[in-house]
Amino acid sequence: MEDISAGKTLQGWMMATDGNLRLKCLNDIPIGHKVALVNIKKGDTIMKYGHDIGKAIADIKKGGHVHVHNVKTKRW
Amino acid sequence: MSTFTMLRRKGGKMAKTVKKLKKSIRSVPAGSPIVPKLVEDAGLIKPVSRRVSRNGRGKPSFLGYRRENGRVGIRNHVIILPLDDLSNAACEAVGNNIKGTLAIPHPYGRLQFGEDLELHFRTLIGTGKNANVAAVIVIGIESAWTQRVVDGIAKSGKPVAGFSIEQNGDHKIIASASRQAKEFVHWASELTRENCSVDELWISVKCGESDTTSGLASNPTVGNFIDKMDSWGATTCFGETSEITGAEMVCAARGKTAAIGAKFTKTWQAYMDDVIEQFKTDDLSDSQPTKGNIEGGLTTIEEKAFGNLEKIGKKTCFIDVLEPAEEPKKGSGLYFMDTSSAAAECVTLQAAAGFVVHLFPTGQGNIVGNPIEPVIKLTANPRTYRTMTEHIDYNCSGILRRDMNLNQAGDGLIDICLRTCNGRHTAAEALGHRQFVLTKLYRSA
Repeated sequence: MEDISAGKTLQGWMMATDGNLRLKCLNDIPIGHKVALVNIKKGDTIMKYGHDIGKAIADIKKGGHVHVHNVKTKRW
Repeated sequence: MSTFTMLRRKGGKMAKTVKKLKKSIRSVPAGSPIVPKLVEDAGLIKPVSRRVSRNGRGKPSFLGYRRENGRVGIRNHVIILPLDDLSNAACEAVGNNIKGTLAIPHPYGRLQFGEDLELHFRTLIGTGKNANVAAVIVIGIESAWTQRVVDGIAKSGKPVAGFSIEQNGDHKIIASASRQAKEFVHWASELTRENCSVDELWISVKCGESDTTSGLASNPTVGNFIDKMDSWGATTCFGETSEITGAEMVCAARGKTAAIGAKFTKTWQAYMDDVIEQFKTDDLSDSQPTKGNIEGGLTTIEEKAFGNLEKIGKKTCFIDVLEPAEEPKKGSGLYFMDTSSAAAECVTLQAAAGFVVHLFPTGQGNIVGNPIEPVIKLTANPRTYRTMTEHIDYNCSGILRRDMNLNQAGDGLIDICLRTCNGRHTAAEALGHRQFVLTKLYRSA
């Protein structure tokens, strides 16, 4: 819930599956923002809520900050 | 010796005490009010026993007011309803004269025409017909349109009386309407609540000031509530045509049949063509998501829309698409209503369609209320709960700390909803939030 600084290892919880995960964070992640769970290539589709919410416009490494600088809607 | 000089003389010792006091206040866990705000939390009373069965045995019930037309309300208002802006002053005067009445002023009702005028009448008549209203006084500047509202409300069978100001003046009308309102209050205050089943309950939902916690936790909590209520046969409603943009295909697929889905798509497309295409100045990418949404971690319009759509649960399908303020006619189930995404406009339209209790999940802290339909506010954002406690009826931030799961959060929301139906005032009611905001489709003649 709190702001995460680069280099920290996260313990996460998957609401949908009730599963746990561990992840090393590469960037600072402000509260409420997204982090990449896998390596993402430019052009890949980003999924949330089980749906397509846009495409990557740059490669994103696992543990990287996912936001408007590297993800855009496919609509416009 | 004044307290001040006494403190000064004790100099060093005082400074220490202040330091100690500050420390002890700071050690109160985040979110715990220093002055207990919840009677239950302060241990002053025993909490109300839970009425909700978690294993689905039997439908929960509540105590409501059964109206002349069979519909069930959870409040017992005598409202003083102005036809138009000119009649607000007389309505408010009657509201002041007769305790137990509620004037609900608004800024429109003159020189409207066409579909916009129809919506104006539908909203006023629907507000009067709402089962949370026991009786209505309508005051308008002239008699013809006043009578139209009176006749519309009278179809519900409840007591209604109209007064028009032209050729009478405010003083005469305020005196006559006050006498009538007093009789309505005597009558309404003798009505009693009776046992009603949730399948008689009409519930609307809408979210506001959304952030990441809305899509992840408070909206899914409402969704869990809707799935359960739908299985019990309640009548429910969601809206926000504009904010579903980005998830419109998925929303259309939640129509009970392909035809109902297509009806939704047609409504959504009409909004895009008639409003967005006509008035937009760019491709919307700069305004959706909003700057605040982006600050809160929402990246794309799709992400925002899917988070919004979490409110209708995982399995409930909508059975019809309603015009703004249109009363559902297809029996119990979930309805989509074509509404603005502005909180007060949306809730006002849903109340006018007959919904009697509203669930409002908020991320950053919307504070909306409605004069006749109690608005229950929930948040999953612990900071919002801490900074805006007085506005929040249900705190489900425990979901994101894993203190509760969605199923438990949904049950908790059912509990607070039924307590509200039984008569518990919401935060918005206690704080006097009565945003009665009519939707205007275009400028008047």
